[in-house]
Amino acid sequence: MIDEAVVSRVLGTALQTGGDFAEVFAEDKRSSSGRLDDGKIEELGSGRDRGAGIRVVVGDTTGFAHTADLSEPGLLAAAEAAAAAARGGGGGVRTVALTEQSVTSQPVLSRPEEVAKATKVELLQRANEVARSKGGAIKQVSASYGDSRRRILVANSDGLLARDDQTRTLFVVGVVASGDTGMQTGRRSIGHTMGFELFDRYQVEDLADEAAEQALTKLRARPAPSGALPVVIGKGGGGVLFHEACGHGLEADHIQKKVSVFADRVGQLVASPLVTIVDDGTMGNEWGTFAIDDEGTPAQRNVLIEDGVLTDYMWDQLRARKEGRKLSGNGRRQSYKHLPMVRMTNTILTNGETDPDDIVADTPNGVYVAHLGGGQVNTATGDFVFGMTEAYLIEDGKITEPLREGNLIGNGPKVLELIDAVGNDFEMGPPGTCGKDGQGVPVGDGVPTLRVSSLTVGGTAA
Amino acid sequence: MSGTDRVNGEELLSIGDRIVAMARPGEQVEVVVGRSSSTEVRVYEADVEQLASATSAGIGVRVISDHRQGFAYAGSLDEDVLAETLADARDNATFATPDEWLGLAEPDGIAVPDLDLYRESLLKASTESKIDLAVALEQELKAKDARITGVDSADYADGVSEGAVVSTTGIRAYGSETSCYVSVSCVAQDGDDTQTGFGFSVGRTPEDLDIAVAAADASRRATRLLGATQPDSGRVTVVLDPYVTAQLLGIIGSTLSGEAVLKGRSLFADRLGEEVAAAGFTLVDDATNPLAYSSSETDGEGLASRRNVLIDGGRLNQFVHNAYTARRAGTASTANAVRGFSSTPSVGCRALSLVPGTQLQPELLAAVGDGVLISSVSGLHSGVNPVSGDFSTGAEGLRISGGELGQPLREFTIASSLQRMLAEVEAVGADVEWLPMRSAGVSLVVHGITVSGR
Repeated sequence: MIDEAVVSRVLGTALQTGGDFAEVFAEDKRSSSGRLDDGKIEELGSGRDRGAGIRVVVGDTTGFAHTADLSEPGLLAAAEAAAAAARGGGGGVRTVALTEQSVTSQPVLSRPEEVAKATKVELLQRANEVARSKGGAIKQVSASYGDSRRRILVANSDGLLARDDQTRTLFVVGVVASGDTGMQTGRRSIGHTMGFELFDRYQVEDLADEAAEQALTKLRARPAPSGALPVVIGKGGGGVLFHEACGHGLEADHIQKKVSVFADRVGQLVASPLVTIVDDGTMGNEWGTFAIDDEGTPAQRNVLIEDGVLTDYMWDQLRARKEGRKLSGNGRRQSYKHLPMVRMTNTILTNGETDPDDIVADTPNGVYVAHLGGGQVNTATGDFVFGMTEAYLIEDGKITEPLREGNLIGNGPKVLELIDAVGNDFEMGPPGTCGKDGQGVPVGDGVPTLRVSSLTVGGTAA
Repeated sequence: MSGTDRVNGEELLSIGDRIVAMARPGEQVEVVVGRSSSTEVRVYEADVEQLASATSAGIGVRVISDHRQGFAYAGSLDEDVLAETLADARDNATFATPDEWLGLAEPDGIAVPDLDLYRESLLKASTESKIDLAVALEQELKAKDARITGVDSADYADGVSEGAVVSTTGIRAYGSETSCYVSVSCVAQDGDDTQTGFGFSVGRTPEDLDIAVAAADASRRATRLLGATQPDSGRVTVVLDPYVTAQLLGIIGSTLSGEAVLKGRSLFADRLGEEVAAAGFTLVDDATNPLAYSSSETDGEGLASRRNVLIDGGRLNQFVHNAYTARRAGTASTANAVRGFSSTPSVGCRALSLVPGTQLQPELLAAVGDGVLISSVSGLHSGVNPVSGDFSTGAEGLRISGGELGQPLREFTIASSLQRMLAEVEAVGADVEWLPMRSAGVSLVVHGITVSGR
């Protein structure tokens, strides 16, 4: 992407106003997509984004500039802009000797850019046909396909030089069904850090079938209850709970500014002893997986909460430097146009020992949530909210009626304490995009079946 | 960017012209060219924490031939990339399903308004003066209330953007604008209790920004919720704060998109001409209103912006359309194509607002007597389904008793359905507030909302 000698000179220029730290992040991303809606292949699209972001840190100040011009003059101009933004005391010419890190990118068996567009189109059509075959109540079907190949290069004034080649492939089916009670929606998505072999592992027909079933089931849904109830979270689809309930609060940027309920609590019991939460960027082919983060740090498996005790936070370059500690591989950014910050990768709650059937059977009445939608958290108060996209009533220890959509709310630290059963059926959930400060990055999450003894369900039924 | 470029946009328009000139016989080609530059400053404890400056540019090319559409974009204006992007779009078109309604927008004779959205003075503002604004905002907020224990970010950001649309169907439009804002977020503490607040001020040039308002809003939002408790569940009348109403209008707007209607994803699809809301509810989408942060002279297909009345006195008056959905629905585009250069035009509302009523919030509270003021909602994107109308969000606010604000409340949800909420609107306030989003805020009184708490 950029010649090593050029990178070295650009870093030298970035440091000329006395910077403590300088970094070049270059990215070349190509993507392709296809969308079927209303029975038609509406559009195939392709995109290309290429450029570099340069940052310079002086004391507590970060200067940043980005450019789409990867020529040496273009990069030097951006380096000067970043250096001007973060002006230090000293200065002068420094040279940076770079050492290339050995990195193994996630394997890709079938390069999506080498797969014929007609093959991708056929996937969309197959999904459409299967969903529509589920009966006259199915009123609308959309399907979309997307792949991206993102090649990055990171070099910094510590002498680091590392590259990664990240390929992600995604498929989504959305269904609208209509009945006497109005319209309902169903949705299923799969996404992995891998190539077109995604479709050897999953059949789009299955996704279409499940999305249609979800919409049809919800047609006979009754209003969700309102008030505090025991809530059983199903395996896989409920992982976003922990992303919101505690993940964001364990990001070191929130910790350092004391806008997290988990600040100053390392070593303390912050959750039920049944809870072990891990953020793991190394999980094979998962949506939030990579070889290096966007600061060049190798992906790691970081235990955040172990048997209920808070063990560590997640770190990026800036926050780790400040505390003089090791990097955790959580420095990520949406693109070369963005500054990195502390982000999650794949955030999971690990297996417990209980049979998931027993968890439901031991719940006299409550709500079973099979799939959660998106969520949101206020890290300073710990209050969070997330949507139930597929949920059922639990009556006398049995899963019964489907429920209409609604939100669940709670408080992170409280909910962690209220987890009173954890199953042994861990599964990863669907691919997610985590938004923070206007930047979206791919993340994964996963959970076994588990129960929270009390969560507030925001339905309309009395 | 030089002054003359901006006046007529010739530089970007000529890039569009060159690609359009490569169209083959029988082919429709549309080029969107965008370019922007921005500055973002974040201050923490009176020092610059981040200072980012950037410029970016790119093109999107749409090709329609034999009733098939293809698209490609590139984040670059390099000459070789331009030709490659056209070739990609052309190739992509061959795989699409033929659709007789496809076609680019055509000039419709409506004059492009001159909205004065570009201010030279923004370009002349020094970086130091921008940093000073953020520092002053942080200081002002810290001095507001002893319970404000931390200001986690005080930001200034601005942008200059210009865009051109050129097509083989005779569209040749150009627009440019400047915008800037300050925003701040803080933590307030009282004993063990912690609450957060935010405030902002937006404008086209730094002189428009009001730091005192941003600081006061953040301080009020954080401190007035201290001591909040969880309410009991029940059915109540709520007063939505302007910021909450603006978020709700955004969702209602999405259900009125011609695309959602045509594809059977709108709960209002069969209700044109019917009463869908209370009589006092008149919803307007008008990107020609220069007060709107999202105002612009043309839409994403280069058609002149115009004023559209979507719901008139409670009656559903019209949907919004781009060129494609209008043609398919047998009507004319309402200039509601929404896009950046990296996507094809979708359909969306651009600058929504409610026609205001006559009472300010204190009078509305007095009229309500007992209920809940909703000061913020969370999880709107996950808790509201614009297809079914199911509505459930996390909320915070204050109890209204005897017509006045009382006990602060947190950790509850409010739920209803969009259909029922519209029908149960009791009053629209007089306090219209233009916000950095595609809809304006105003206080709104709604009956029959289910509160889930304890």
